[in-house]
Amino acid sequence: MSELVFYLMAAVTVLCALGVITRPNPVHSALFLVMTLFMLAVFYVILEAHLVAALQIIVYAGAVMVLFLFVITLLNLKGDPDEPAHPLLRIVAYAVAATLAAGVAIVLMGDAGAVSGGAGAGAVLAEGFGGTRALARMLFTDYLVAFELTSMLLLVAVVGAVVLAQREPVAEAPLAENGEDA
Amino acid sequence: MVGPAHFLALSAALFFIGAAGVATRRNIVVIFMSVELMLNAANLAFVAVARGLGTMEGQVIVFFVMTLAAAEAAVGLAVILAMFRNRQTMDAGEISLLKW
Repeated sequence: MSELVFYLMAAVTVLCALGVITRPNPVHSALFLVMTLFMLAVFYVILEAHLVAALQIIVYAGAVMVLFLFVITLLNLKGDPDEPAHPLLRIVAYAVAATLAAGVAIVLMGDAGAVSGGAGAGAVLAEGFGGTRALARMLFTDYLVAFELTSMLLLVAVVGAVVLAQREPVAEAPLAENGEDA
Repeated sequence: MVGPAHFLALSAALFFIGAAGVATRRNIVVIFMSVELMLNAANLAFVAVARGLGTMEGQVIVFFVMTLAAAEAAVGLAVILAMFRNRQTMDAGEISLLKW
C-alpha cells in the first residue's frame, strides 16, 4: 500500500476522532465515532486481521454504537449541560495530549525494527493468518480458560445492566431470604 | 513503505485524542465515547504488532478487549441511565458525592 493512501486514511481517522471530542452535540459525536470505528476496521483489513475487522464492524460499529445512540435519544441529551471545560483548560489539555501523543509515537516508531520483523512491512505470514480458523484454534486451545471467563464476564454484565437500569429499586425481601447466595 | 510503526503512531494519536476528550468534556456519554476511542487505539496497536511479528496472539487479545468493551458499554450505559433517573443530569461535574 502506498504511503499516500495510508496518510490520507490516517488523516480522515484522526479528524473523525477529533470530531468525537469537539462536537457539542452527542449525536454528532456518536456518528463521528462510528466513522472512526469503520476506518479502524479498514486498517485491520490492511493488517491482515480479517476476522477482527468483521467483528469490529458487527460488535462496535453495530451493537455498541446502537446502544450509545439509543441512550442518547432515550435521555434526549442537548449538547453539554452547561459551560464545558474552561477554554484555557481545554487548550492546555489538547496541548498536553498532543505532546504526549507525539512523544509516544516517536518512541514507538523508533522501536519499529522490534515489531516489524526487520522486513519493514512485517513478518512473512503463515497461510490463513487472521482468518476465522486460525483465531478460533487459538481461542479454543491456548486461551480456553480466558475464553470461558469471558462468557462469565458477559453474563455478569448482562445481569448488572438489567439490575442497574430497571425502573423500580430491587425489592429487599427476596434478597434477604436468600441470604448470601445472591 | 508503510509498516507496523505507522499504525502504532496512529494508535498513539487516537489514544491521546480519547484522553483529551475524557479530560475536557463534561457530558458523561461523550466521556464514555472517548474511553471507547482509547480502547480502540489500543486494539489497533495490538493488531499492528501482531501483523509485524506474524503471530496471532495480538488478535486474540483484541477479541477479548472487544468483549470487555461490549460488557463495559452495557454496564456503563445502565449506570448513566440510573444516574439520569436520580439526578436528571448528564454533567460529570454534578456527580460529586465521592469528591472531597
